[in-house]
Amino acid sequence: MEMKREPLGGGQPPSDFRSRQLLARDMINGDLEGEALQRYAEQAVMTTTLDKAVAWARGNSLYPLTFGLACCAIEQITAVGSRMDIARFGWEAFRASPRQADLIILSGRVSTKMAPVIRRLYDQMLDPKWAISMGACCSSTGVYNNYALVASDKFMPIDVHVPGCPPRPEALMHGVLRLRDKVHGTDPAGWRDRYGATGTEEVWPETDPSNTAEINIFPGGDTAGA
Amino acid sequence: MALTSDYRKREESITFSAEPAGQGETHELLTLNIGPHHPATHGVLRLIATLEGEVVRDIKPIIGYVHTGIEKTAEQKSYWKVIPVIERMDYLSYYFNAMAFCGAVETLLDVEVPPRAQYLRVIHLELNRIASHLFWLATGALDLGAISIFWYCLREREMIMDLFEMSSGQRMHTRYFQVGGVVEDIPRGFPAKLRKFLDVMPSRADQYADVLENNQIAFERLHGVCPLDEETLLKIGVTGPLLRAAGNPWDLRKAAPYSSYENFDFKIPVGTVGDNYDRFRVRLAEIYESVKIVSQALEGLPEGPFITTDRKVALPPRHELATSMEALIHHFKLVTEGFRVPTGEAYYPIEGPRGELGCFVRADGSAKPARVHMRDPSFVNLQALAPMVRGAYIADMIATLAMLDPILGGIDR
Amino acid sequence: MPDATGLELTAHELREADSGSILGTEFHRGRATLLANAEHVVTVLSTLQNKGYTFLASLHGCDYYPEEPRLGVLYELLDMKNVDRITVKARVPVDEPRIASVVELFPGANHPEREVYDMFGVVFEGHPDLRRILMPEDYEGFPQRRDFPVGGEAVLFTYNEQTSYGKWH
Repeated sequence: MEMKREPLGGGQPPSDFRSRQLLARDMINGDLEGEALQRYAEQAVMTTTLDKAVAWARGNSLYPLTFGLACCAIEQITAVGSRMDIARFGWEAFRASPRQADLIILSGRVSTKMAPVIRRLYDQMLDPKWAISMGACCSSTGVYNNYALVASDKFMPIDVHVPGCPPRPEALMHGVLRLRDKVHGTDPAGWRDRYGATGTEEVWPETDPSNTAEINIFPGGDTAGA
Repeated sequence: MALTSDYRKREESITFSAEPAGQGETHELLTLNIGPHHPATHGVLRLIATLEGEVVRDIKPIIGYVHTGIEKTAEQKSYWKVIPVIERMDYLSYYFNAMAFCGAVETLLDVEVPPRAQYLRVIHLELNRIASHLFWLATGALDLGAISIFWYCLREREMIMDLFEMSSGQRMHTRYFQVGGVVEDIPRGFPAKLRKFLDVMPSRADQYADVLENNQIAFERLHGVCPLDEETLLKIGVTGPLLRAAGNPWDLRKAAPYSSYENFDFKIPVGTVGDNYDRFRVRLAEIYESVKIVSQALEGLPEGPFITTDRKVALPPRHELATSMEALIHHFKLVTEGFRVPTGEAYYPIEGPRGELGCFVRADGSAKPARVHMRDPSFVNLQALAPMVRGAYIADMIATLAMLDPILGGIDR
Repeated sequence: MPDATGLELTAHELREADSGSILGTEFHRGRATLLANAEHVVTVLSTLQNKGYTFLASLHGCDYYPEEPRLGVLYELLDMKNVDRITVKARVPVDEPRIASVVELFPGANHPEREVYDMFGVVFEGHPDLRRILMPEDYEGFPQRRDFPVGGEAVLFTYNEQTSYGKWH
């Protein structure tokens, strides 16, 4: 194997990742000096620490949307109450306007009449935004596998599913904490960690977005006339 | 797609009964869409309000946003399995939903519920009534702006949820009521814990009354706001605390007692004018009465089986399965197919926290019901919203909606 | 509840008032039901209203598939003074599901009649605002009828995941 030393900035402009990789290698070898060293120090400290700080702040002060559909909403409201106290994590500022909210907790059964409304609300939320699907009914139509309900996965991307019917406030808190980990970027890989299976993520087959029977395909945009 | 879809055209065809007031001057009526996602509607209720300034001239509720097809799903399940399906209808009064359905099926089967089961049912029903009223008070006060009451009421509600968890393992939708009785007897620590709760509840309810009674803002927002007389309420078919606030002491627990309610001594709180203040006071007073009923039921709890001894309807106790072949066969039949109900129809009404909750069951001889319909009180009570708020300010409409206590799960089913 | 003889007397009175209005009576487990002719439902209910059953507790539909006439509309009436309940059942065929609306007698029948229309397709003539109430406005089909499929998604098991829509082609 040939060792090639590529000068930074010389030749073809390297990709961002490649240039950072080379900078890091030079740093480890002690080859960076002067201005390059200073730039590296600024970049490394700024990017990673700032990102992490922002993510930490975001995760600890998420604004959920005041949104409750059915029985799960009662347990969600109980989680806001003093025994389970979602305010411990800084999430007590429920906003009524989707423009001001980061998180939509779908608590309850989503009927076919309500699904376009929820999609519109989700579209109105500003990035970055997250969604928790709380309960069995919105995750997978739950008890009511019939004409009236639709699983929330079918029309919007969901970050965390909380199972239960209704999930206890403790279960909702578990889901909340997992979402907080996700926002922080430290979400555990779950079973893959425990069984040493990292790197075995599923790869979906090439899906045709025009085939509307595909699950988890949600072309964004046109919610007019809903 | 055309700019105005068919759906929109149909929506625009909704007619309003309001007419602009005044002559000569042009008064503009504003049609405002409130909901379905709105912090002040209790669930996904959509209201199309026609406003003249801040005064409401007409209101049209549009519902169906949480329609779950409960009645259709119930037709696909055997009677035992319908109970969890039907419980999730009116999600704050889950024991009542189960009671109405079990009562209807027990009528059709002509099976008798043992007295201990009746008393246990009464205890859980009245605890559920207190929990439902507490939640109503919490969200109602939240709508008015008195946010502290929310935390206090949820504190009491947690105690009730703990009791439910003790008796059945679940906080909500407990599947505790079965056809013929209850699923399990209460555990050993239950009476003591219940007594502790009953000792503390009346003084807590006093505290809630104190917070809102002496508050000028609550006074202005509740007294004399949106009254509706008894006549109109009866014509619309309203029952429950709304009717009692207007002066009519109609309560099915006294008028047509079911499940041993005749053995208990309690009063029916009745209002005078039927405005928001009366509705608030009636529900608060009902909490005290429910506490009385529960303590009487607990003191007088009879011994005996907690579910009917008819093995064709109720599961045999597990220890019998080891020794009796018959018990094994009954268990097998009940778990696989379920009991069969002879052909017939029954409508069983009970007094829920919001009014008359009835369950209509049509049986066709098989193990699955042919039709289950829940007559939900909120569905009928919602029709009273429009007459109540005509001519009131929009903020009063929000307060009235809170005092009306609609539960969208029951309205939409 | 009126007992069996009381029910027969009521039926007799109604037949006197309007012949052909009562097709029969049912008395099952202590509950009294009058089978009314769908065309005479308004007279039956107004006579009962004058007799004291002034409160309409419930108005709901039922699909008696496969017996004809298939669609039944049930009126639960309550007499608050005597604490008496009586049910009036009117059945309409599915190809001509029209029945008169009782909104003038009982204004509280507004939403329940809309629900019966929405779920079963029974058209209430004289109703001020007959639109769908629970399903979306432009829904086609009447969900609560017995021949309407329950719908929902097939649960994916190993035996049907290859052929079910979705993940695997």
